[in-house]
Amino acid sequence: MTDFLTVSLGFILAMLALGLIRVLRGPGEADRMMAAQLIGTGGIAALLLLGSVADLAAAIDVALTLALLATFASIAFVKKGLSRLGAESSEAREGGSVWRSTF
Amino acid sequence: MTFALALHIALAGMMLGLAAWTIAARETFAAVVGFVVYGLFLALVWVRLDAVDVALAEAAIGGGLNGVLLLGAAARLRATETPADAERPRAGLRLLAALLSATVAAALAAAVLQLPEPAPTLAPAAAANAAATGLANPVTNVLMGFRAMDTMLEKVVLLLAVVGVWSLAPDHFWGGRPGARHEADPQGTLAFLARVLTPFGIVVGIYLAWTGASHPGGAFQGATILAAMWLLIMMAGLADAPPTNARRLRLMLIAGPGVFLLVGLGGLAFGEAFLAYPAAYAKPLILAIEAAMVLTLAITLALLVAGPPERGAAP
Amino acid sequence: MALDILTIVAVSAGAFFFLAGTVGLLRFPDTLTRLHALTKADNLGVGLVALGLLPRAGSVSGGLKLICVWLLVLLASATVSQLIAHAARDSGPLS
Repeated sequence: MTDFLTVSLGFILAMLALGLIRVLRGPGEADRMMAAQLIGTGGIAALLLLGSVADLAAAIDVALTLALLATFASIAFVKKGLSRLGAESSEAREGGSVWRSTF
Repeated sequence: MTFALALHIALAGMMLGLAAWTIAARETFAAVVGFVVYGLFLALVWVRLDAVDVALAEAAIGGGLNGVLLLGAAARLRATETPADAERPRAGLRLLAALLSATVAAALAAAVLQLPEPAPTLAPAAAANAAATGLANPVTNVLMGFRAMDTMLEKVVLLLAVVGVWSLAPDHFWGGRPGARHEADPQGTLAFLARVLTPFGIVVGIYLAWTGASHPGGAFQGATILAAMWLLIMMAGLADAPPTNARRLRLMLIAGPGVFLLVGLGGLAFGEAFLAYPAAYAKPLILAIEAAMVLTLAITLALLVAGPPERGAAP
Repeated sequence: MALDILTIVAVSAGAFFFLAGTVGLLRFPDTLTRLHALTKADNLGVGLVALGLLPRAGSVSGGLKLICVWLLVLLASATVSQLIAHAARDSGPLS
């Protein structure tokens, strides 16, 4: 059983390596962001498997933390992507800058 | 060559390749994404090396706060990328920098490889005295018991960092609210996420801080998650950033190092030395300090990411 | 014995969905289709791996944490796909 889990861990790591290709190549920013998201989720699965193989109960806590914070980079990506479009109009306002988003 | 060894070599190779690409990438945004992914791999490596406390800190900071901070910086720098590209140093200078970095790395590797076998370490002494504080997690023992002075000074350094970030504000905005005001569709995706995720995140954050006494975790990791949840609420527009001249905010910022200092002085008055815990009260004192630290750290980290004040204090 | 078979089957299925998602991410022609592949890996990949590891969890709290991880990943991937799709649409037809 441990051998099988180790092999599947290696398989997931190979998937992460393939995802890295998209991070390196990805023609657009959204593609890089999506590949990073996939690597994050694959990392969560790898951590769950690693915790089972190495008998580390605390590895699930690390996976829990990663799962909680998985959205943050993407939120920052879409919000900051707007700042270029919104910056021109927002700095013209007097009360201070505003980031308005449609979602 | 067992399968596990091959996995380790593959993981190390991937990380080194990714690091090299991150440094060489032309676009700031691409380099930032590479760095965030690098942090994820690093968390995996820490777990593999049995350092779960460090892995928790790496996952929390690298996966959450670092991404927000660096992506914000990359967006601000977007306008300056073309002129900055034109100012790249000549190839000769870059080669010199690469040689210097490689020399430092080689010196470090030589120092590590030449350590005597077994390497000198205080770990057995720390493990033998673990009963002194009554906590089961050896990392927390070192952080809060044997090396408490360093931990207290780190909290003061974080406070100075917040003051430093605030000092970047233009004079007329001093004391104002940090960052731009976020507005999002209250029926939209972001607001939904903030409403559903935040209560859960708060529970997990407090759980991580609480369980640090006996399992991997601790005040820092829990506080990072709490800070991330507050940032999420601010980014979804459900609450505005507080004005930096608010008295309650400033009181909470100094609560952590303040309690630490008080306990330390109490050690001077009632015990043998500064930061000496009386044996019977060691565990409750440490837990009290950690509670104050979680509050302060959460606010500090969130304010560091939110940035210097960019608007007035009025809502 | 039956639990061992469950573990092997579930983890293999999860790994297969990860493979499908990664291949989709690499081979699909544009951003939105790649996004579609990504969410399959997220939801089903992690879910099946967590299901397969449930019998091996040390305690009830460990098992509950596994389920929580899966639910969080579901929420995260749903949100992220919406956000990235918005951003991809706003920045033009082709990334």
